[in-house]
Amino acid sequence: MTHLFEAFNIALRMIVTGDSVVFSIALRTLLIASTSTLAATLLFVPLGCMVHFSTFRGKRLAVGFIQTMYSVPTVFVGMLVFLMVSRSGPIGGMGLLFSPWAIILGEIVLIAPIITGLTISALQSTGKCLEDTATALGAGRGIMILKVLTEAKYTMLTSVLMGFGRAVSEVGVAIMVGGNISGYTRTLTTAIALGVGKGETASSIALGLILLFLAMMVSIVVNLLQHGHGGEK
Amino acid sequence: MILQMKNIRLKREKNRILNGVSLDVPEGCFFVLMGPTGCGKTTLLRLAGLLDRPDSGKILFKGTSLPRKGKNLLQTRRRIATMFQSPVMFRGTVSSNIAWGLKIRGIPKTEIIRRVEQILGFVGLDGFAGRYASTLSGGEKRRAALARALVLEPELLILDEPTTSLDPAFKRDLLGRMKEIHARTGTTFLMATHDFTDALAVGTVGAVMRDGLIEQSGSMDDILFKPDNHFMASFTGVRNIFPAEFQGFKARIRELSIAHAEDRHGHGFLAIPPEVIVLSLSPKITSERNRFTGVVKSIERNGTNWDIVVEVAGVSLIVAITTGALNELFITPGSTIHLSFKASAVHLF
Repeated sequence: MTHLFEAFNIALRMIVTGDSVVFSIALRTLLIASTSTLAATLLFVPLGCMVHFSTFRGKRLAVGFIQTMYSVPTVFVGMLVFLMVSRSGPIGGMGLLFSPWAIILGEIVLIAPIITGLTISALQSTGKCLEDTATALGAGRGIMILKVLTEAKYTMLTSVLMGFGRAVSEVGVAIMVGGNISGYTRTLTTAIALGVGKGETASSIALGLILLFLAMMVSIVVNLLQHGHGGEK
Repeated sequence: MILQMKNIRLKREKNRILNGVSLDVPEGCFFVLMGPTGCGKTTLLRLAGLLDRPDSGKILFKGTSLPRKGKNLLQTRRRIATMFQSPVMFRGTVSSNIAWGLKIRGIPKTEIIRRVEQILGFVGLDGFAGRYASTLSGGEKRRAALARALVLEPELLILDEPTTSLDPAFKRDLLGRMKEIHARTGTTFLMATHDFTDALAVGTVGAVMRDGLIEQSGSMDDILFKPDNHFMASFTGVRNIFPAEFQGFKARIRELSIAHAEDRHGHGFLAIPPEVIVLSLSPKITSERNRFTGVVKSIERNGTNWDIVVEVAGVSLIVAITTGALNELFITPGSTIHLSFKASAVHLF
């Protein structure tokens, strides 16, 4: 117990004094998670919108499949991406394996269903009545879609934040395709996993606290969006 | 006619919703579409508002057949405004909600401000311009939605059950305002309701729907006093409806023979409105051809009036009387009473 308190104290000191190793790992994690979230947002928010506003056979089945993929195991995604970026894989020639780009690619695949599915849910939550109201007030299809997107923007932002939360806290993909290389592909989660194994409790706690802080920030912002702007309808 | 719907049919997931509806809405009228819940009113209004397309049939707006899609459809849709049963307000203030439809039409800002201010006064929402729409009560929300539709100065305003779930005071207020606005603007109103009292309060012309078909249409007086069939009579609240056997100017209901003003033979229904029956303690000397003696079975309050159920030759007739009349008669259940009514007051269908 004394050992744990001591480790906690050292961890807090590392955070307060701005330990360069700890903060470089945190910064790298943020950069990788932000890049993958940004790319996934640009790709999959429009896809979610397209699915919502279009009518096609099997739409309900497709949405159901996307929602099932929310909880896909990270190691499964890690394995798939590994097979793709490894030397013999379809994009093996690009030399992405054990680079931050491989982690970014893996996280994009991991959060794609979350961002797509939650975008669809966000648009559905505005209801058919909103679309009808805009149309009945004289909007053509383009203006109607724009209005629905404006009304759902805070809920849609929540889906992006949920994706970021998942990306920042995943460990399977980062270890399998990143390789946990110090100063290059080491992220908060892989560093914690390694540190605990090596008995570096203090630095692991410091990294864990930063990770917890990031996760809490995401949660707080999501809550603010849902009950702040989200509440004003 | 501002709107004509001809032989409209529509199916939704193998269910027939509209089975060949034809409807003519005269320009400038307050048209009320009535019918029980689930009869297809909302579906028909969505077609009238050009929000959906029928499987077959024709819709004409001011005599012109509507295109199925394209710019012309949007142009026509912009001459119509619809207010839904549960209005959805956009995020933002009441004024931004009302201004939205004008904004997308490219109306200049100064004109928008003028029209929004004017319409807020029209619907009794002065001082609400800056309020968040999400803070409005149910009744205020309906008025704001009405303003949002009216500000577009539509040629046809469609209202789907605008008074549903409003308390009686708000309901009266909203109906009163709609009637006043209709008189002031001359806009054609097309309102759906399942409440016949609401329909009577505002409507000038109307139609009653059942199972995806129009049962009867015409002036509100015709619908109220000349129901075409048993369903119409029940829907409009006519009581004392009986199956009868007609023999010329007489009709037989079990042992009771009723005189009426139409020469008819065979079987059918007749209705004797409770308000036309006169009660007296002694036989009345009158020209009325229907005079009977009966026994009071029950006396029940019906709003501010009273319903007296009188049994005559095995037939129970409801008689509606005022509190004053009841006090004068001194009757109790079991009392013998005399009834009379005119043959012309009996309605056959």
